[in-house]
Amino acid sequence: MQFLNFKDGEAIDFLSFRRLSAIISGIIILAGVTSIVVHKGLKYGIDFRGGTNVQIQFSTPPNLDQLRQFFAERGMKNVVLQTFGDVADQEILLGLPIDSSLGAGEHLTAELRKILLPQHPKLEIRRIETIGPKVGDELKISAVQAVLIALGLVLLYITIRFQWRQGVSAIVALVHDVLVVVGIFSIFDKEFSLTVVAALLTVVGYSLNDTIVVFDRIRENQGKYRKKSFEETINLSITETLSRTLITSGTTLLVVLSLFFLGGEIIHDFAFALLVGVLIGTYSSIYVASPVAVFFTKLAPPGGTAPATS
Amino acid sequence: MDIKFKGSIILIVLIGALYYAFPTYRAYQPDVDPQTVDNKVNLGLDLQGGMYLDIEIKAEEAVKEILRRTSVELEDLLIDEQVDFLEVRQTTDSVIVEMEPGKKVNLEIAPYDRFLVQFDQNAQGDLTFLKLKAEEADLIRENSVSQALEVLRNRIDSLGISEPSLQKQGENNIVIQLPGLMDRDRAIELIGTQAVLQFQIVNNNATPNNYNRLTEVVKYEEVWDKTTNKLISKRPYVLEKKILMTGEFIRDARVRIDSRDNRPYVALSFDSIGADLFAKITRRNVGRNMAIVLDGKVQSAPVIREAITGGEASISGQFTVKEAETLKIVLKSGNLPAPIEIREERTVGASLGEDSVEQGLNSLMIGSAIVLIFMILYYRLAGVFAAVALIFNVILIISVLGAFGATLTLPGMAGIVLTIGMAVDANVLIFQRIREEIKRTENPRAAIQEGFGKAFRTIMDANVTTLFAALALLQFGTGPIKGFAVTLSVGIIASMFTAIVVTRFFFDYVYLRKTKLRSLSI
Repeated sequence: MQFLNFKDGEAIDFLSFRRLSAIISGIIILAGVTSIVVHKGLKYGIDFRGGTNVQIQFSTPPNLDQLRQFFAERGMKNVVLQTFGDVADQEILLGLPIDSSLGAGEHLTAELRKILLPQHPKLEIRRIETIGPKVGDELKISAVQAVLIALGLVLLYITIRFQWRQGVSAIVALVHDVLVVVGIFSIFDKEFSLTVVAALLTVVGYSLNDTIVVFDRIRENQGKYRKKSFEETINLSITETLSRTLITSGTTLLVVLSLFFLGGEIIHDFAFALLVGVLIGTYSSIYVASPVAVFFTKLAPPGGTAPATS
Repeated sequence: MDIKFKGSIILIVLIGALYYAFPTYRAYQPDVDPQTVDNKVNLGLDLQGGMYLDIEIKAEEAVKEILRRTSVELEDLLIDEQVDFLEVRQTTDSVIVEMEPGKKVNLEIAPYDRFLVQFDQNAQGDLTFLKLKAEEADLIRENSVSQALEVLRNRIDSLGISEPSLQKQGENNIVIQLPGLMDRDRAIELIGTQAVLQFQIVNNNATPNNYNRLTEVVKYEEVWDKTTNKLISKRPYVLEKKILMTGEFIRDARVRIDSRDNRPYVALSFDSIGADLFAKITRRNVGRNMAIVLDGKVQSAPVIREAITGGEASISGQFTVKEAETLKIVLKSGNLPAPIEIREERTVGASLGEDSVEQGLNSLMIGSAIVLIFMILYYRLAGVFAAVALIFNVILIISVLGAFGATLTLPGMAGIVLTIGMAVDANVLIFQRIREEIKRTENPRAAIQEGFGKAFRTIMDANVTTLFAALALLQFGTGPIKGFAVTLSVGIIASMFTAIVVTRFFFDYVYLRKTKLRSLSI
């Protein structure tokens, strides 16, 4: 079985779409940024903002409005109630603010049972997560550090293995991917949690994978076809590696889809971030990284007045 | 490289992998207790259910407590010695004696010189400073954490959990992991109660609005409505500041039921020093009320009818039997040297853990099955090679995790699933190359050589960068994310081995041994 069977030397003119792809990327990122501004920042999960989440399973379908009423009657207004996972699971996720009177204390489950008793004599508290304010701040710092460390290592590695132009282009593509995923999380009003950061970094690693395969081929073809222009070489290299790119994206998408549909609610957002990330990462390694490399090559031709960093 | 040599290396790795993966397989058979098996992959608390707590010992409070005790002792001493002082007060690092104008006291001579072990003296006019030495403060902080570790270990033992773990982390933090925990509230209460017990005399002649602020203090008894769990009222007591005795002499504590009102109370018995001290205190204060203060709250304040010489006391209050049990345990295990604060809690019920394992395994099975089927359909025999290599890869990951006794979390399982999707990438790179080479040269033998050769560099470059991302994630110390980073890293390395070495071996064995090789099934 084969598809995308190209003749030797035959190439699709991917670079001719660079204006279109720049517009598409620009619109998606702009939409994401607008959403973040409208929502007044990212919707942080408790990992970053602190607070308590309680996952509760009921024996009968929960009536969220009535439950909200129960909490309101006790003067607890900042309680967030939402259905968790499949409606058939009859589960809710209860979010308590960091300074809640119920708090993380030793009466939390006893108190919750008491509050929910009138509607649900039988319930199971399946999960409690509390993050104190200090830990939230610490996690925020480590998340930023992790992203910076990853990007830094990548820039260093690609600069050593390739050229600074490619290194910078790869970073541009990665920042593009991160911006898109973060923006889409904001647009879908999903919580930005620690697992999403983990997914983001995985996407960074994955997307880079694709980019490097293309760059690797460009380097090889530059040696092979000395008469071809840089643009032609790029188009040829992307074309030659296209089936590999699509197959790997395909298999990765398959497992991510299986995580998304079968992995359960707890890692649902994680799988969602990966899903978006794998799609975007594939797109960016074809339509972002290489056009940017062309841009930098025109800006600072190799062998010409290249900056000292190369 | 000789094909036999390659084959034997792979065989050795396979045997090693099976050897180290077997305990994990064995441990999670239905008729086996996982704890009896060593060198297995442990399930994280999110998969087996349990509680993860990260607590901070407020070590600064232990320093404050030392300063407070010192200032009380010094004040007593100054009164005994009839020194003309106005006030003894404390700051964050010093005890300050304010003398009457013009008067002096030298703290470097007996009976004050014992303070100089921990303090430096420094006089300025009417003020004499005892400043806690920096190294002493450090020592107090350090001791408070190790002492807390000890006390908490004793308390947690009483929960009857088979494999609890307590670890000091950083300077003032302790991470507690309680697998298979049933009663979350009780665990928090046991861990969070400081359990400082103090006996103080009540001054019935003073009122909260009118008492001697120098020698007396107001503390409250809380009255709770047990059905609604609401604080009904706070009853004030004026207590003499001097703490007559603390809980340090408790030898044993038991829960008993009062036959008159059927309410539980905690009976204490003191060791011989404590018994003598308690007899002395009660003899001196017959007819007065003695408040029993726990963590700053008055529990009860019975009248001392006669000297109590048997070394026994009891704490009654509005307890349920369960609360009395908890109080008994915390009193027996001794008090925490400083209060604690819960930084992070992650508690997962056993049933949710089971569900997560099932969901994780399902997505692993189905995800890999789809990928394997695709590879075989798309690359035919070469796809079968890749499929076998992929299964090898999973066994390898499990064996490495098992050999290191690593912990598998739910994100860790996701990491394995993801690795499977990405592990085929190395194979795809190689196979696509071989297809290209065949098209170009129409020489299958050279195509295999060239395909592996050219793809190798790309595979290295691509995997190294994914490893960078995984490494960056490893800095999230403990918890689920680390589990993800670990399985991802192990998976990437394992996949490079299986794709480059194992798949290559299959090609060598099936094709390159043939004298006449006309076509490849790829």
